[in-house]
Amino acid sequence: MTIKSFIPFILLLTTSVLFAGKTKVCPSCENQSIRTAIKSTPVGDTLIIEQGTYLESDLTIDKPITIIGINYPVIDGEEKSYIFNIISDSVTIKGLTLKNVGLSYTTDFAAIHTYNVKTFHFEDNRIYNAFFGFHIEKSKNGIIKNNTIIGSAITEYNSGNGIHLWHCSKIQILGNTIEKMRDGIYFEFVKNSIVQGNLSQKNVRYGLHFMFSDNNQYKNNHFEINGAGVAVMFSKNVIMENNTFRLNWGSASYGLLLKEINDAVILNNTFDQNTIGINADGTNRIIFKNNNFKNNGWAIRFLGACYGNNIIQNNFLQNALDISYKGSMNNNIFDKNYWSEYAGYDLDKDNIGDVPYRPVKLFSYVVNNTPETIILLRSLFVDIINFSEKVSPIFTPDNLKDFNPLMKPIQTND
Amino acid sequence: MLKILKYSFFDLARSRWSYIYFLFYLLLGFILFFLNHEVSKAVITLLNIIIILTPLIGTIFGVMYYYSSKEFTELLLAQPLKRTTIFIGQYLGLSLSLSLSLILGLGIPFVLYGVFLSSAIWNFTMLLLIGGFLTFIFVALSFLIGLSFNDKIKGFGVAILLWLFLAVIYDGIFLLSMILFDDYPLDKFALAMTMFNPIDLSRILILLKLDISALLGYTGAVFQKFFGTNFGMIISMTVLSLWILVPSWFMVKKALKKDF
Repeated sequence: MTIKSFIPFILLLTTSVLFAGKTKVCPSCENQSIRTAIKSTPVGDTLIIEQGTYLESDLTIDKPITIIGINYPVIDGEEKSYIFNIISDSVTIKGLTLKNVGLSYTTDFAAIHTYNVKTFHFEDNRIYNAFFGFHIEKSKNGIIKNNTIIGSAITEYNSGNGIHLWHCSKIQILGNTIEKMRDGIYFEFVKNSIVQGNLSQKNVRYGLHFMFSDNNQYKNNHFEINGAGVAVMFSKNVIMENNTFRLNWGSASYGLLLKEINDAVILNNTFDQNTIGINADGTNRIIFKNNNFKNNGWAIRFLGACYGNNIIQNNFLQNALDISYKGSMNNNIFDKNYWSEYAGYDLDKDNIGDVPYRPVKLFSYVVNNTPETIILLRSLFVDIINFSEKVSPIFTPDNLKDFNPLMKPIQTND
Repeated sequence: MLKILKYSFFDLARSRWSYIYFLFYLLLGFILFFLNHEVSKAVITLLNIIIILTPLIGTIFGVMYYYSSKEFTELLLAQPLKRTTIFIGQYLGLSLSLSLSLILGLGIPFVLYGVFLSSAIWNFTMLLLIGGFLTFIFVALSFLIGLSFNDKIKGFGVAILLWLFLAVIYDGIFLLSMILFDDYPLDKFALAMTMFNPIDLSRILILLKLDISALLGYTGAVFQKFFGTNFGMIISMTVLSLWILVPSWFMVKKALKKDF
């Protein structure tokens, strides 16, 4: 076929876009109800919602249409139910303010709810006082971009998640801001998705919560002041890159919780001022590389069954305890990290210390086994036993050491 | 009693050792600020020094002072003075001068570096208060030891042993017992154990005031719940006061009965 034979098609396409009907809703229009407007919008058309406040909820969208808000019109759900309930493929929603979603203990009401849908696009919406912000179920190929979700969650049991995905695949979550929800972003049975450039902060529970979600990536996100930090559980092949975990500080908080995670990559992240930088439980074959651990209580705390992990070229700066480890067997590799507490020397000036560094102090080992003993933190006795263990290790695994500790911190990109 | 207190105090104020002690803290304070300019970080570093050093200095000074002023004490005993007055006077004189060295020595650099403008002011005050408490406690204990042993060397040995016990060995036993009784709930036990050791109690009181308390996790939460309330604060201050009162009461009792 030549290019000429395409021309009619191209013409047809452009005309259909240019002349696609636009249905309009505004407080002073003939059409004041979004519900009836949705009904009267033909398939594939655009519905424009002009500035104003609309008291509507439980709006079902059952055909592929585009809804665009001008100057962020407010749709107030009056705390009754869902606001949008989407059951059709190819729906786009842009530029709306959605507020006051109903709270329920039996149904997960959300500002935007999709069920069994392909290809959706939700961009630039502002969601306030929502039980759930986005609740995406059994859907594919969607984009959730540049939305702002601000809640006022106080307790876990009567609050919902900012972006909640269940049984989804190929979803992109980009550049959203999520505040004061239960979990900022929640993934359960989600595959091949990407979470990038989001800010998730001040959430009651986790900034990001992964469950049973394989082959996902999250990059360039910022997680701050969340109740417990970020949790990644029961997942394989997760890539975590360039994220910042800050100020998750509290007696049960951590920057990143890893639970039953295999074959993940943790690259170029910054962990700053968390009680526990990374809490690893049952994590295998993970690569920790080029991360910065600064001013944490624990930098990495390994609980049981963590094998075959590579901790390479990270910076451990001024953490109260660098590594804590359980068990007497170790086949994790610590190599070429920079430890601010390293007191060795470098005679041949190759920037690699000549004496191996042992990152596990006896006290952190004891604390891992009997948590109550933490009460002796900073007592003279603890300093003495740490010193004696350093000189002649008895309790900590003998091969748990960094044979090539660096003399200078690694330059990372932050 | 005031006269004896005054005499002891000025006697010590003229002594070289008080100055050395004072200068040591002064230097320490300035060095801390030279190395890092943050007041709150300096407080954390000081915590370690104060909980180890003030008891040690209190013990050594106490025993030394008791034995070296023994002849003068005997001279005083020949005068128409109550024994209680003499010993309490001497005790307070020594404790006050040591506390003053501590407070001035650390206070001056901290004030110069702007502790009043910093949020660490309460933590710093707490630190000094606890330093004062520890000085009073360990001077009382060392006077008691001095009164119990006529032999200077023996007295010295026992005093140092007591310091060693409370600063190090006690924590060792504490740690071991917690590891041994791992299977039982240990928070109440840990709480009780800290009460019986003024050094541990001081350490915890200051730790809980600092950010680092979040590290203590669940156990810390139990402690925070206890010490964070007014009730807990009153209890711990009472316990610290008891640590002063009980040894000094024994000291007076011993002094009244002792045959000089």
